[in-house]
Amino acid sequence: MVRGIGLGEACKIAIVGSGPGGLSAASHAAKMGVEHVLLERTDHLSDTIYKYQRGKYVMATPDILPLRSDVSFTAGKREAILDKWDQQCRDLNLNVKFKADVKSIKKDNGTFSIALTSGQTFHAENVVLAIGLQGNLNKLACPGADHPTVQYQLDDPDLYEGETIVVIGAGDAAIENAVALAKQNTVIIVNRRDEFARAKQGNLALILNAIEKGDVQCYYNSSPARIEDGALALDTAEGEAIIQCHRIIARLGASAPRKFVESCGISFPNNDPSALPEVSSTYESNVPGLYVIGALGGYPLIKQAMNQGYEVVEYIMGNRIAPADQPLLQRKFQGLGNADVDAVIAEVRRIIPVFAGLNPLQLRETLLDSDVHVLAPGETVFNRNDYTNTFFTILRGEVGIQLNPNDSSIMVKLPPGAFFGEMGLISGRRRTATVVATKDCVLLETPRRTMLKLIQSVDSVRRTLDQTAIGRQVQTHLAPGVPLEALKDLVENAEIVRFKPGETIFRQGDQGDDMHLIRSGSCTVSMRVAGRDIVMSYVPSGNYIGEMALLSDAPRSATVKAAHATETIRIKGDTFKELLDNQPKLKASVEAKFRERIMQNEQMQRRPEAGNIIQFLIDQGVGEGTDVLLIDESLCVHCDNCEKACAETHGGISRLNREAGPTFATIHVPTSCRHCEHPHCMADCPPNAIHRAQDGEVYIDDSCIGCGNCERNCPYGVIQLAAAPDVKFNLFNWLLFGTGPGPGEEMKYAKAHHDGQTPSDKQKRAVKCDMCKDISGGASCVRACPTGAAIRVSPEEFMSVALLSK
Amino acid sequence: MQESILVYRHLFYFKIAVGLVAAAAVAYALHNPLGQPNGGTWLGYTLGGIAGGLMIWLAWFGVRKRKYGVGKLPLEDWLSAHVYLGLAVLAISTLHAGFQVGVNIHTVLYVLTIIVIVSGLIGVYFYVRFPRLLSENRRGMSMEIMFGQIAELDREMRQIAMELDDATNAAVLDATQNTVIGGSLIRQLRGRDPDCPTTAARMFVERSETRGHDARRRQLITRIMRKEELVRRLRLDIQLRAWLRVWLFVHVPCSIAALVALAVHIVTVFYYW
Ligand SMILES: Cc1cc2nc3c(=O)[nH]c(=O)nc-3n(C[C@H](O)[C@H](O)[C@H](O)COP(=O)(O)OP(=O)(O)OC[C@H]3O[C@@H](n4cnc5c(N)ncnc54)[C@H](O)[C@@H]3O)c2cc1C
Ligand code: SF4
Ligand code: SF4
Ligand code: SF4
Repeated sequence: MVRGIGLGEACKIAIVGSGPGGLSAASHAAKMGVEHVLLERTDHLSDTIYKYQRGKYVMATPDILPLRSDVSFTAGKREAILDKWDQQCRDLNLNVKFKADVKSIKKDNGTFSIALTSGQTFHAENVVLAIGLQGNLNKLACPGADHPTVQYQLDDPDLYEGETIVVIGAGDAAIENAVALAKQNTVIIVNRRDEFARAKQGNLALILNAIEKGDVQCYYNSSPARIEDGALALDTAEGEAIIQCHRIIARLGASAPRKFVESCGISFPNNDPSALPEVSSTYESNVPGLYVIGALGGYPLIKQAMNQGYEVVEYIMGNRIAPADQPLLQRKFQGLGNADVDAVIAEVRRIIPVFAGLNPLQLRETLLDSDVHVLAPGETVFNRNDYTNTFFTILRGEVGIQLNPNDSSIMVKLPPGAFFGEMGLISGRRRTATVVATKDCVLLETPRRTMLKLIQSVDSVRRTLDQTAIGRQVQTHLAPGVPLEALKDLVENAEIVRFKPGETIFRQGDQGDDMHLIRSGSCTVSMRVAGRDIVMSYVPSGNYIGEMALLSDAPRSATVKAAHATETIRIKGDTFKELLDNQPKLKASVEAKFRERIMQNEQMQRRPEAGNIIQFLIDQGVGEGTDVLLIDESLCVHCDNCEKACAETHGGISRLNREAGPTFATIHVPTSCRHCEHPHCMADCPPNAIHRAQDGEVYIDDSCIGCGNCERNCPYGVIQLAAAPDVKFNLFNWLLFGTGPGPGEEMKYAKAHHDGQTPSDKQKRAVKCDMCKDISGGASCVRACPTGAAIRVSPEEFMSVALLSK
Repeated sequence: MQESILVYRHLFYFKIAVGLVAAAAVAYALHNPLGQPNGGTWLGYTLGGIAGGLMIWLAWFGVRKRKYGVGKLPLEDWLSAHVYLGLAVLAISTLHAGFQVGVNIHTVLYVLTIIVIVSGLIGVYFYVRFPRLLSENRRGMSMEIMFGQIAELDREMRQIAMELDDATNAAVLDATQNTVIGGSLIRQLRGRDPDCPTTAARMFVERSETRGHDARRRQLITRIMRKEELVRRLRLDIQLRAWLRVWLFVHVPCSIAALVALAVHIVTVFYYW
């Protein structure tokens, strides 16, 4: 029998946060009869799921992962899942405290004191932190911040009607709320600055348009001074303004939970915002007795969080059970003969140095995300110019890297423990060499997202990777054919530098004593001509810049800026000159490039329009794409056949919006995926459903859970959440081919063809352009354009001087 | 940036069409039938067969256009070929008819063919000419932005007019409420509104004697003129886009009619042989 724990008494386990992780932990504790308390900030269970959009279909991804928990969870509607949990919580007699907002956790004499914002304190021997990643909503700093007219979130804008509402904030949430509320209310938006700099493009257009039309009124350069009954006082540039209103909605973002977690004594490996707290294989942090599970620990799916909740209670009670994912690993390692999971994990740790620095949990997670390939000699791993961006490590055997495209017999052999494929991962560009197995071998292929997570949270991974990568990048892009030993001095003195979008790498007229090899991102080169900066060229990654000043011993002849987030390898001038002196062939090719660039600049100075086009495209973010849809307005007859083609070939939903998007001269950039080198949309997709295919297509697979993260993360507004539309009656098809529903038969047809689901409970999933990767012949939109106005281009080619100066 | 359908693939389809017509013309010149040249000779049948086959193939374009994600060639190839081979049909069917006309089903077919081809030519002109006009007229602004600016101007105009006399106020109100952009197809195609309330309001304000409120009146006029300019551009935009569609209302039904006439033509020829 579980005893309720009063204040002052120390219980065995206190669980903070009642999301799927915390709930599952508490219910297992209850089931085992362990004294526990579950502390939840809000007045309901599982706030993250509570806040999903109404009627959202929650998915139980990954399907193959078994659920291990005393509360149930299967895919279904948000409401059904929450109701079930409430029920089970009562049945199991969980000791839940609602409105218990934990503000600090301190350990002394072996017990934890858990203080709430209400002033109450709980005591426990162990604490499980399961607070997810939502963090705390930022509040207004002015008097009246807690006035009843103020709210910090908005669930359903359609619930308000005929009110005067002030929205405070300039981010995407504030804009979306303001525009949605404006349909039925008088809306005023308050922006601290003079522009909406933080919003993404789509939202920027939305709000500016609404302001222009008068749907939303905007106070720029203003901040709230105080809130009184029915009014908000604003500090504006012109003095104080009083706005009478019914409601104030402040959307000021949330602060990540990291600060709070650190204040509990838990350490993080570095300052990277996406770094995860360090935990052991039993989810225990560096503070003994303090455990971290769920999304906070880097496991972003419901089922994972629930399994961990169960396991953490077992571990606290001293039972070293095997994690629920053991069978998954077992299956992964099947091809290895002696598939003992623990033995393989130990082998990975022993053989592969990049992974040696991972803690057991990270290593396990990495292996779960990775694919194991068993290859026979001669089999190809990937080809030069493939667009894939996964990372390979060699567990057993050997592979050969064919550096020379013309002679496949010239190979650099890599032994067990070595890695390859890091260049595509870093640059987001095509593979620079073909790799084949030269002996029977076992390779691990790790997805990009997993590697990025590791690079960001395990310093040793980043260091090992960078050390090797610099050498290989210099060799591939700067000094092909020069052996690595000859580059040793140069590589050891080189360093990696990062630049923000628009940041200057060097300025015209500066003294230059180093050069840069762009390893990810891209740059624009501009010159000052007659008092105006004219863009001369666009330089994608894999090229070097700054060699001109070195070779001519003159000041920089141009300004180079990062077109978007960019990383370069900075090479010391003297080491480079020394290399050139020793390598006459290399010297000749560098000098040839030098002359070519001078000629190019000459050409461009005569054609400033081409530079303007480059600048326009860069401003639209086209520079970071790999394949961009452009429309030549001087040919487009506005027939929308491109959109129809896309919809017809993609389940009825067009993934491009021809009309939307900016135009410059006659070049129009419609709203459609650019297949970015480093896709922002991939950043935090919980089930890892977004991939990059061989030809560079960024696509979403069926495991999407419809969380909308990618839609928010894509700066170009090209992802939509949509359910497959109902099949429409099509006279032509029905008459001529007898396909599709007949007149008035839509519902019946939909039922018969969609596993008995009615259209309305179909799941919303993220959809975007997949570059027609499953359709032979290529992009349907382009092929359906009758006048050749629609083209898909690689920015690199399109912005090359030769093309633009035609 | 890109090439237009007329010069597509270095005039590849133009050359094919010219070749075809040239071959037909040479055959026609060399051919020496008994009596007057007509469709009933072996050359007549051959030319008729070619013309008929081409017509069916040309009509298939309407279907091909809607078959998305299939086929090797992009639609631009099809359109370029459609244009040039369509013109070839005119020449070949004229030769097939041996320059004879009369009041019969054969001539009906011939006339329909001419209508289809002429309307097609008009379409080609629109396709080649209008996109550039459209994009110059828009100057990078979307329609939404233009409508947004008009809404803002309307608001300002109403505000200013409030301070002026009743008649001006009424004229401005009329301009802000009753200016139609778009509307019925006829209106869209016309692209102008001879009794545009906005223009009327400008003329009214310009004409009315300026007693006091000079500055206000000037502000009002500049706003009305800005709106007039935007309205003009929007109407032109809508007009051009309407013309880009409307020629198809002639081209497509007449094509279908021509196909029917073609069938009748063939049946009658063989039946009354
Ligand atoms: C829109 C959306 C859709 C999603 N869809 C799916 C899906 O279909 N399938 C799927 O598997 N995953 C989905 N996810 C991911 C899933 O929601 C998370 O992985 C899961 O909720 C993480 O669980 P958790 O227990 O770690 O934390 P959370 O669920 O975030 O729970 C944390 C709890 O802790 C409470 N809390 C926070 N701070 C404190 C504090 N200081 N004191 C007390 N309590 C506190 C919070 O109120 C909250 O109730 C989706 C996510 C989003 C945003
Ligand atoms: S969806 Fe992804 S790849 Fe496409 S434009 Fe957006 S961020 Fe880039
Ligand atoms: S694809 Fe987008 S919506 Fe789907 S799960 Fe991933 S991030 Fe969420
Ligand atoms: S490439 Fe394919 S998926 Fe992408 S916009 Fe064009 S038709 Fe749609």
